[in-house]
Amino acid sequence: MLQTSSNQHPVTASGLEKFVETSAGRIDILQRIDLEVSPGEAVAILGASGSGKSTLLGLLAGLDQASSGEVRLFGTSLGDLDEDGRAALRAGRVGFVFQSFQLLSGMTALENVMLPLELAGERGAETAAKAALTAAGLSQRLHHYPSQLSGGEQQRVALARAFAPDPKVLFADEPTANLDAHTGETVADLLFSLQEQSDTVLILVTHDEMLARRCDRRLYLRDGVLENGA
Amino acid sequence: MNRFQFALRLLRRDWRAGELRLLASALVIAVASVTSVGFFTDRIERAMARQASEVLAADLRIESNRPLPEILVEEAERLELPYARTLSFPSVVLHRDTTQLVQVKAVSQGYPLRGRMRVRDSVEGEDREAVAVPASGEVWMEERLLPLLNIALGDSIKLGKRSFKLARIITYEPDRSANLFRLAPRLMVPTGDIDETGLLGPASRVRHYLLLAGSPSQMDDYRRWAEALEIGGVEVEDIRSARPELRSALDQGGRFLRLAAATAILLCMVAVALSSRRFVERQSDSSALIRCLGASRRAVVQIFILRLLGLGLVASLIGVLAGLGVQTLLIRLVGHWFSSQIPAPTAWPLVSGMITGILVLIGFSLPSIIRLGAVPPLRVFRRHLDAPPVSYLLFLATALLSLSILLIWQIGDDRMALRLIGGLLAGLAILLLISRLLVYLLAPLRNLTAGSWRYGLASLSRNPATTSIQLTGFGLGFTVLLLLAIVRVDLLASWQGALPDDSPNQFLINIQPQEVDAVDALLAQGGIKTNGLFPMIRGRLISIDGDPVSRDNYDNPRAQRLATRDFNISHAAQPQSDNKIVSGYWWAESQLHEAWFSVEQGLAETLGIPLGAELEFEIAGSRVKGRVENLRAVEWDSFNVNFFVIGTPGLLGERPATYITSFYLPKEKRRLLHTLVQRFPSITALDVTALMTQVRTIMDRGALAVESVFLFTLAAGLILLYAGIQASHELKAQETAVLRTLGVKRSVLLLSTLLEFALLGGLAGLVSAALASAISYSLAHAVFNLPWQLDLSMWLSALLFGALCVGIAGTLASRTLLNTPPLVTMRKI
Repeated sequence: MLQTSSNQHPVTASGLEKFVETSAGRIDILQRIDLEVSPGEAVAILGASGSGKSTLLGLLAGLDQASSGEVRLFGTSLGDLDEDGRAALRAGRVGFVFQSFQLLSGMTALENVMLPLELAGERGAETAAKAALTAAGLSQRLHHYPSQLSGGEQQRVALARAFAPDPKVLFADEPTANLDAHTGETVADLLFSLQEQSDTVLILVTHDEMLARRCDRRLYLRDGVLENGA
Repeated sequence: MNRFQFALRLLRRDWRAGELRLLASALVIAVASVTSVGFFTDRIERAMARQASEVLAADLRIESNRPLPEILVEEAERLELPYARTLSFPSVVLHRDTTQLVQVKAVSQGYPLRGRMRVRDSVEGEDREAVAVPASGEVWMEERLLPLLNIALGDSIKLGKRSFKLARIITYEPDRSANLFRLAPRLMVPTGDIDETGLLGPASRVRHYLLLAGSPSQMDDYRRWAEALEIGGVEVEDIRSARPELRSALDQGGRFLRLAAATAILLCMVAVALSSRRFVERQSDSSALIRCLGASRRAVVQIFILRLLGLGLVASLIGVLAGLGVQTLLIRLVGHWFSSQIPAPTAWPLVSGMITGILVLIGFSLPSIIRLGAVPPLRVFRRHLDAPPVSYLLFLATALLSLSILLIWQIGDDRMALRLIGGLLAGLAILLLISRLLVYLLAPLRNLTAGSWRYGLASLSRNPATTSIQLTGFGLGFTVLLLLAIVRVDLLASWQGALPDDSPNQFLINIQPQEVDAVDALLAQGGIKTNGLFPMIRGRLISIDGDPVSRDNYDNPRAQRLATRDFNISHAAQPQSDNKIVSGYWWAESQLHEAWFSVEQGLAETLGIPLGAELEFEIAGSRVKGRVENLRAVEWDSFNVNFFVIGTPGLLGERPATYITSFYLPKEKRRLLHTLVQRFPSITALDVTALMTQVRTIMDRGALAVESVFLFTLAAGLILLYAGIQASHELKAQETAVLRTLGVKRSVLLLSTLLEFALLGGLAGLVSAALASAISYSLAHAVFNLPWQLDLSMWLSALLFGALCVGIAGTLASRTLLNTPPLVTMRKI
């Protein structure tokens, strides 16, 4: 049953809520979110700054815990797992792309891409990482440190790192927000091309309508409520 | 790939990226200083054990008043042990019409097996090491014999039936010191010539000796074998106690060295704590990312601990190798103290260096590393999220534990280590308190100032935690540096001053009571100052609190020896100026008639004599009883006349005594000694110049060794300075970029940075001067037993030094931030 559910919808959320208690009272960030994402589907979540997009992404990826409701990743309810359990569920199956790239400054491009492969204990991490970087058009930049790369190149390294372990689900948080329009376009092309090739679920958080249009489905987050796009 | 391999790969990347260089440098210096001092003291201590054998001129000495059986020599030859024979007997020597009682010593080739003899080739010449024994037909003699016999070098003397030519003057004889005050003047001849003298008749009072050298196990085996032979009248000795004056100087030197090494460790510990804190802060993103990518909290902690252990092992290994190199230099400095052979290094300092590295690293970075596991993975989205701060209690507990283990272990003196730890803990508490208070007080000041001052003060008060940590780190560092500077300059100078150039180098003994005034007058005429002439009485301790004193009561060889020998006892109304009463009280004028004794504390400890015990001595056939009224510490290395036991004049004043004095005799007045001995033939003059030169050399070279180890401390101080400045680097980078973006001039920022760091350093310097003064007072009084005085100039120097060092270093380190375009900085952040 669990397996079937996992195959049908790698990511689901039902009645998901997130709020924080403050001295001034309760602040609702997300309210009764229901979501089902099918295999290979690309879903864009749009919303204004502070609308809770990144919070939702964190909850779906198991990086944070919901105040109520349920998230299932690959059919497993994240509420039943502790933090280490959630980490184990992500290992090798979930990729991330961040607005601020999150490359480790002390490592070269190649080493950054090798990181998730090595963590998953995969043999041939270096070969796979080189292939991923080549696919991202960075075969000449393997041994460059992040500070020696442009913003676009850094994000392409981040994409290579995200896709190198062949993840089933990729969470992307504003991947082009820190880039100029042209570079953002190039990075977006790479992102969707890799996603299509690997048939990975893509959950993309953005405020960029153009980028969102390239996804199969668009959802809008307004006042903590998720609505279907036009 | 397993976690170990993964951690190693990350370590390699960290190293290449320079993330761990600061941490590694601090570790390398800590380990190098511990290892070099460890190697050095280990080798010196073993050399000292060997030097102690100089008392016997061998490792093992077999003695008998009859010729020794050949089987003893044959066994030594079979075991290929170096050996030498000596004979000793009193006889009369004749030069023209003058005769003199001498103690003849016949020595074979190879003598001495341990230590070196020193001789002079002329009366005024410098002494030198003797490379052989007297050749056939030659005699060597002590200088005091020259005036007694009215003889010059090259003259002939007659010993028994054989004539000899006087070839050299003996200035130092290693196995002579044990009987320094008892022997008639020495005359040395080769064993090959002794039969021709015809002096070895059946009734002659000859002592025969066989000297052997070898490893402790070889000596133990030989001793067991020789004792099993049960040869009557044969005594086997392996006394292992150095002369007290040498022991004292070396112990003091060892303490200084270990203190210097300990201070280097302390500085490195603070540097490790600061740099590991920064490392952890910089690794928070990495930890969050790794957890985000699926690693468990445990795995993250394991990976970081493995990285750190890997770093610890590599840095410790480098430190150990550096220490090995430095100890070679140190040994070169002092090598000639110990004749030619200093034992090779053992592996133990290597092991202890590695353990030190790991202990420093774990003790001062483990709590921070564990914290990395608690960085929430959500940090990848929200950078302000961080792990809960390290519990101060946990940090203090691990730091204190490793600090205590290391200091007690390294200093090897519990009292000194505990004082240092106590002082540092109190200092740490005071520093934390003061730094918090200062940060609190600085906050309102920023509103009263403008421009650079305002930005500088704002930088300090904006992040109280970082400023407090920096202030505490710098404060601790300066405290330790100042402490060592005080110890090095003040205590070391006092230590060397304990043996000034005009320390006594001559002893006159056996002065008869009726000669006291005349001798005093003669010395005064010659411009020689003495500390006085002291009565000396020979007595044997026969009971302590009514229990008879016997060799069998003690296991300690020194105690066994003391239990069977006569003591030099004196009586006095006042204690010697270099004696310190450590227990009980010295007698008052009104108590001079009491039956009381004062006992040297080392002797009291060795023989188990408590304060208040009743001692009974046998003096010239009668018994004298008295109570131990006080225990004294004696500075044996002062070369003043000192006694193990002193009685009240009422108790010993009527006993038959001879007198003794010591004084400094410059080389150009050496003839005065000849006049003195000729006028008072019963007086024995002993020249200890050679022995004193040896002690002085040890002190000078010891000082040089301390200076060398001090370099480690300075290097550690620099690392600490850098680590302290780096502690606020990221924050400073961010602020500078923002302020420059907002249009604040570069010159204003430069000045504000200078003010910020100078203020930080000045405050740290001031607080550390107060702490260092308190600790040095405690050390000088309780450990080194040396005078101390408050040095206000040191406070001013500390304030200026702190302000200058931290101000300049901080500004230089921040200059790159000011020169980097704000956008570049912002991108990195």
